[in-house]
Amino acid sequence: MPQFAGGASLGRAGLILGLISSLILDRWVSGSVRVVFKDRVAVVGVGQTELGKGLPDSELVLALRAIRAALDDCGIDPSEVDGLSSYTMEPDREVEVARNLGLGDITYFSQVGYGGGGGCATVLHAAMAVATGQCNVAVAWRSRKRADKASRVWAQTPEILDDYLQWTRPPGLLRPVDEIAMLMRRHMHRYGTTREQLAEVALAFRAHAQRNPGAAMHGRPLSLDAYLHARWISEPLCLFDNCLESDGAAAVVLVSAERARDLPQPPVLVHAGAQGLPRQHNVMAAYFSDDPTSDGPSSAAAPLLWRRADVEPADVKVAQLYDAFSPLVLFSLEGYGFCPRGESGAFVEGGTLGPGGRLPTNTAGGSMSEAYLHGFNLITEGVRQVRGTAAGQVPDADVCLVTSGECVPTSALLLRSDS
Amino acid sequence: MLRATLDDPLSHPFWDGCARGELLVQRFTASGNVVWPPRPMDPESRTLEHEWVPATGEATIWSFVVAHPPLLPAYAAHAPYPVVVVELTDHPAVRMVGNLVAAADASIDSVDPATIEIGEPVHVVFADQDGIAVPRWVRP
Repeated sequence: MPQFAGGASLGRAGLILGLISSLILDRWVSGSVRVVFKDRVAVVGVGQTELGKGLPDSELVLALRAIRAALDDCGIDPSEVDGLSSYTMEPDREVEVARNLGLGDITYFSQVGYGGGGGCATVLHAAMAVATGQCNVAVAWRSRKRADKASRVWAQTPEILDDYLQWTRPPGLLRPVDEIAMLMRRHMHRYGTTREQLAEVALAFRAHAQRNPGAAMHGRPLSLDAYLHARWISEPLCLFDNCLESDGAAAVVLVSAERARDLPQPPVLVHAGAQGLPRQHNVMAAYFSDDPTSDGPSSAAAPLLWRRADVEPADVKVAQLYDAFSPLVLFSLEGYGFCPRGESGAFVEGGTLGPGGRLPTNTAGGSMSEAYLHGFNLITEGVRQVRGTAAGQVPDADVCLVTSGECVPTSALLLRSDS
Repeated sequence: MLRATLDDPLSHPFWDGCARGELLVQRFTASGNVVWPPRPMDPESRTLEHEWVPATGEATIWSFVVAHPPLLPAYAAHAPYPVVVVELTDHPAVRMVGNLVAAADASIDSVDPATIEIGEPVHVVFADQDGIAVPRWVRP
């Protein structure tokens, strides 16, 4: 924003003139943003396979089933799809998806990196492609078979390390959970966060899963006592601070908001979205950054997200926060402005995130109690909530924040209803 | 156990230093900026010339975890064992991942995790781990 240079010499009239021109510029800037993106694209279809362990289908077949279900959901013929957006870790390449599903000519395709950080960005990129006319019907998806123990990435670490892992793995910091546990211990030390506060995350998501018959942990409620006595994985994190390992796939379909209004499902508008790769970021090894408890990936994504939006954290009725490990939920609550830095422990006390809480979060059970699909099932649940059709529906859920991995270059979306 | 390659031109001076009993950090010549982990270019001066300079080896514990199974077999044999992140006293921008041990050659599970405190002082020692010298940390 250019400063109004003549204010001092022109006196009061000049100042007023300056203010007026600032306002006009502000309107022009936000107006141009609206034209390109905000509320111009909608999620119109969602699809999900069965989620579980040991599913017989291949990852490709799971992806095809989920995408077909998402297209059926919105009544769009597969031959109309001309945009594809997925993760770099997605095993099923666009070519396979397109020639099996009988898609049309694809004019936009992209993949987002950094595993679970890329989920919301796949939808963001699809929305940007539709908004800019690079495609008309975009599909974003994730398919995974991770229930098999042999598929765990950390278990395949080579014995001789020639990349950045040489600075973390040899002493025995072997798994993603160890890297997050290192940060959580520091958070506890610096801010006084307790295990009982951290337990609120796992307990809330497990409680939501009891309302979702498709959740892996449906029918298996969790008590604080069971949490506190669970086996350790990486102290201070126990078994229940970890996500599930699952098989399954999920997909969404995006078209322009105008077309969305003619389709069978209530449109869910992509209100805002942002990616974030903060300066001097170290992927999972956040303990190498300047101030690891405050310079996480959301510190880069959140300012842009809220600046682009007409809503603020207090307007968010329901949230889907990336939960590969429970501390990431606390870090995201701080990073996206639901509470000040260091106060997430107190914020979640008393069932804040659970059914009927102040900020119902991961309302289908999330990665910890529904299934772990690199966060993509958080996106499909966010869409169902804004439609008003979720199994554990939150009343008046007209604005939903969805976030991706708060430990790697990340992304976030604000979804809202079309009213 | 896992170990670093000795064929990485960027990191090999560090591991060579360990073999001589020296803890080295990467310092960029133009700016004097010390960074960790090492990298080809200085994010301050955007220049490539760097040198490896000795650190005192004094540090404090910044955080720690205690690893329990499932783990890679060579590590599972020692579980549960602590892993620490230490902050170098003379280069606070440098935090290194390592093992707190009772003595240089002691096992990675030789310190009772219940006794570890964030902020406690430690200093560097060196030990052979599968044919490569690595830094480890002991109490004064």
